[in-house]
Amino acid sequence: MKWPAMGYARAASLPDLWSVLAQHGSAAQIIAGGQTLLATLAFRLSEPGTLVDITRIPELRGISVSSGVLRIGALTRHAELGRDALVARHAPLLTAAVPLIAHPAIRNRGTIGGSLAYADPAAELPACIVALDAVVVTASAAGERRIPARDFFTDLLQTALNPGEIIAAVEIPLAERRSAIQEVARRSGDYAMAGLAAALRIEGGRVVAPRLVYFGVGTGPVLAARASAALEGRALDAASIAAAQAALGEDLDPPQDLHGPPEMKRHLARVLTGRVLNGFLNPSEIAA
Amino acid sequence: MNEITPASIGLSREDLPNSYIGRSVPRPNAPKLVQGRATYTDDVVLPRMVHAAFLRSPHAHARIGAIDTSAALAVPGVIRVFTGADLAKVCDPWVATLDHLKGMKSAPQHPLPLSRATWQGEPVVAVVAESRAAAEDGVAALRVEFEPLPAQTDMETALAPDAVVIHPELGDNLVFTRTAETGDVAGAFASAHKVVEARFVTGRHTGVTLEPRSIIADYNRADGTLTVHHSTQAPHMMQGVFAKHLRMEEGDVRVICKDVGGSFGIKVHVYPDEVAVAAMARILGRPVKFIADRFEAFASDIHARDHRIKARLAVDGQGKVLAFDVDDLTGIGPYSVYPRTSAIEGNQVVNLCGGPYDFKNYRCTTTVVLQNKAPTCQYRAVGHPIATAVTEGLMDLAAEALGMDPIEIRRRNLIADDAYPYTSPPGMRFEGLSHHASLDKLLEMVPVAKIRADQEEARKRGVHRGLGFAAFIELTNPSPFMYGIGGARISAQDGCTVRMDPDGSIVASSGVTEQGQGTEAILAQIVAHGVGVPVSRVKIITGDTQTTPYGGGTWACRGAGIGGEAALQSAIALKQQILEVAGAMLQAAPESLDISMGNVTDKATGAERMTLHELGRIVYFRGDTLPKDLQRELVQTRHFITKEYPFAFTNGIQASWVEVDPMTGMVKLLEHWCVEDCGRVVNPMLVDEQVRGGIVQGIGGALYENCVYDSEGNLLTTTLADYLVPMSAEMPEMHVGHVETPTRESLLGAKGAGEAGTAGAPGAIMNAINDALRPLNARVHEQPFTPERILRALGAIA
Repeated sequence: MKWPAMGYARAASLPDLWSVLAQHGSAAQIIAGGQTLLATLAFRLSEPGTLVDITRIPELRGISVSSGVLRIGALTRHAELGRDALVARHAPLLTAAVPLIAHPAIRNRGTIGGSLAYADPAAELPACIVALDAVVVTASAAGERRIPARDFFTDLLQTALNPGEIIAAVEIPLAERRSAIQEVARRSGDYAMAGLAAALRIEGGRVVAPRLVYFGVGTGPVLAARASAALEGRALDAASIAAAQAALGEDLDPPQDLHGPPEMKRHLARVLTGRVLNGFLNPSEIAA
Repeated sequence: MNEITPASIGLSREDLPNSYIGRSVPRPNAPKLVQGRATYTDDVVLPRMVHAAFLRSPHAHARIGAIDTSAALAVPGVIRVFTGADLAKVCDPWVATLDHLKGMKSAPQHPLPLSRATWQGEPVVAVVAESRAAAEDGVAALRVEFEPLPAQTDMETALAPDAVVIHPELGDNLVFTRTAETGDVAGAFASAHKVVEARFVTGRHTGVTLEPRSIIADYNRADGTLTVHHSTQAPHMMQGVFAKHLRMEEGDVRVICKDVGGSFGIKVHVYPDEVAVAAMARILGRPVKFIADRFEAFASDIHARDHRIKARLAVDGQGKVLAFDVDDLTGIGPYSVYPRTSAIEGNQVVNLCGGPYDFKNYRCTTTVVLQNKAPTCQYRAVGHPIATAVTEGLMDLAAEALGMDPIEIRRRNLIADDAYPYTSPPGMRFEGLSHHASLDKLLEMVPVAKIRADQEEARKRGVHRGLGFAAFIELTNPSPFMYGIGGARISAQDGCTVRMDPDGSIVASSGVTEQGQGTEAILAQIVAHGVGVPVSRVKIITGDTQTTPYGGGTWACRGAGIGGEAALQSAIALKQQILEVAGAMLQAAPESLDISMGNVTDKATGAERMTLHELGRIVYFRGDTLPKDLQRELVQTRHFITKEYPFAFTNGIQASWVEVDPMTGMVKLLEHWCVEDCGRVVNPMLVDEQVRGGIVQGIGGALYENCVYDSEGNLLTTTLADYLVPMSAEMPEMHVGHVETPTRESLLGAKGAGEAGTAGAPGAIMNAINDALRPLNARVHEQPFTPERILRALGAIA
């Protein structure tokens, strides 16, 4: 199918953006990397009056560390995220996630802001930022808001963003933590049938603040409260891992999809839980 | 024997630099393709051209009510809207049956349906506009009242008393059934040492050509001709179809087919939207272009392989096959597809099950039924992957039941290499196959002992790997017994015209066609070899009904075997004519001369006597200097058709080495091997790539590709995100080996090679997966072998 006819405007700055959005109202559709939007246009699933291009807005760019947080600008492309040294040092979970996101051509165009704003339940980055307890920094004509990532994803393809509001950046608190991401996808680059982004600390041999966040198994990233609680304060060992796997059943309510029934997603989530958590054990701990 | 030697065919010595047959000559058209300088149908832009888009049925089955076109006609750029009734005024419907498929029936199909839509995605109304985008705007503005009807989607219930009869005038949903039975099947099973059985399913899938279906039809009122630019495998067949159904003379229809971006059988069928384009051009007197998009491809390209097979195998105590008993059921959509019909795939299953093996008792039934899904028809390796998976799945079950090695049970049953000619239980005649030589060659390539040791060691670590084999036969070089005897105007003969121009360059035009597999490359090789010129001096013309000899095109693996032989014979004829002219010029006996690298030479010494350039100059511009009675026909045409055997069967065997993750159900392909015997290998590189590409499509069917419908007949896999094609990252290392048993029907000795990979790969992978799962007491026989199905087999999920 061919795209519907539409207008195009490019915003040079945030103030410029607010005036363009005000001018076009609900007919405006923001475009950054376009890796989801362009497909929906080609499917004629959306017919915006005007595409508003934000890729030249300098305030939305850049990766920096200050005041105890890693700040990642919304326009950061997946490929940039994957090769950035600050990200690798302070949020290696994101570095590990990037190769799992689609294919190189998509990673060269797609942005972190776009991925979070679209909020696909099977996408990696939303799960990662919930696991990292990040804050989504938004901007609008009314000013800035700071929304905890766990509150940002509200429903299937739904976020806490208001009309006229965009993601400006993601802020990840600097912390010593262990993290890992694994997923099961039919082919490399496919959306996961099930995935797990996990972060936790081990202090004095005990698990502290575990955050097990599953993707591809719900309406958005699922922070598994019961499974995480089953680990909190316990030694990471076969028993606690099994407890987390057992508790997981009540955390997840996966939908059926083309790949299989809810039961299969639950099963895969349990398998991933075991694999990710076992990955945190060093070989001597496993032997013990 | 028909070894190509100078003595046997009067050709130049094999060690001459222009001896190209059997060499990996790079394909001449590759730079054009990779530089983006090909001419696909969508690249053709004609004056006054308009664009078509179709409203497609959103329902699997619905009565078509009022069609309100007023809003669509008001869309800027929209020129006209056509309904089924509009096109029926200029276009006659077709019924896709073949006379030799006894009892076959199907319903008349119009380019756009008159009263009912019978599958989701069926074109219902066409909008013609100044651009495709405007045509789509017009489609969006159409108001069509659909009254949904109950849909018949499950093939298992298609013949039940309460089934929805899709075409009431047919009485029921049965299209075709055939049983082949020889020997004493019941007796063989009764006396068997072991009987194994399984229920196999092959998933409905489709071809996913990189270039979608594309057509431009241009009716010229001034001279009453229809010129069709078409992405097709069979230009002459389509010429006949357009002429017949638009009530024109065949000679007034020209089909031009330039570059084609993949076909795999998808582009050898008659599609209602494409006939609608021709009918609309006929009415409008303007060129009308239609390029299917990916949505349309998934919903309206032919699907294939939607089969359920219940099968049994009886063996004696030594593992000898006593009998196969196979019951095949296939759903083909609401119409048999014109003109090849949709009964051929099931018929092939009947013809091919048990094919590699020597046994006496056979029963196989196919039952072909209608359903409200996209029509199915011939797709690469028609029926072969189904028959091979069934046969080879049963052979592995029998080996397991006997405690016998899977290689050993095959060795004990493969038809002996000296048993030919041989007629199989369902009546297939084999001229010469090489099953044992191929198995031996495979075992030289596959390190079986090392693999078994690795398998054993890995199992101790909880890693489950498996090795699977699949022997196969493949039907190639079809004679008129495939379609012609059934009344279809589908040529089994093909021709080639080779000419020498004044500069000594050679132009060959052939009735076979190129879709990316390298047909033109091998034709150039054969012609260069046959005439005696560098391959760079040969230009090939294909894909134009007005400028090429009448022929069948490229399908069912006939390009090299049929088209190649016609090219070789015409090249040899041209060479003989050139040497006669040269003999007159040089006052030498033609038999004492040869042609090497574009020069006439003395055969005995190799000394150059004159260039073809000089010969051309004299013939074309100074013919007055030649003897008056000297023939100087530097254009020669020869045709070829097989006469002794209905088909040139080929054979081969594949092996697959996989790792199954029993926790996730994921299959990782580690390595794959194929040995095949396509007779004379004209170009080893191209044959290897054909085999590899075929294996990849076989892998697609085995692991990924599936057209999934819900119970209401809604297609759920309409994008490349949902319909999974095999991707390079998941493909294993593939090793290809050859045994060469040339057919004696032709000088060239070539059989087909394009479908061998697809025929054997799914069976080999299935057996490898089941070999991996064996210690876990699980097995799978339903393709594609998805994580869900493997986890279910393992009991990991209910």
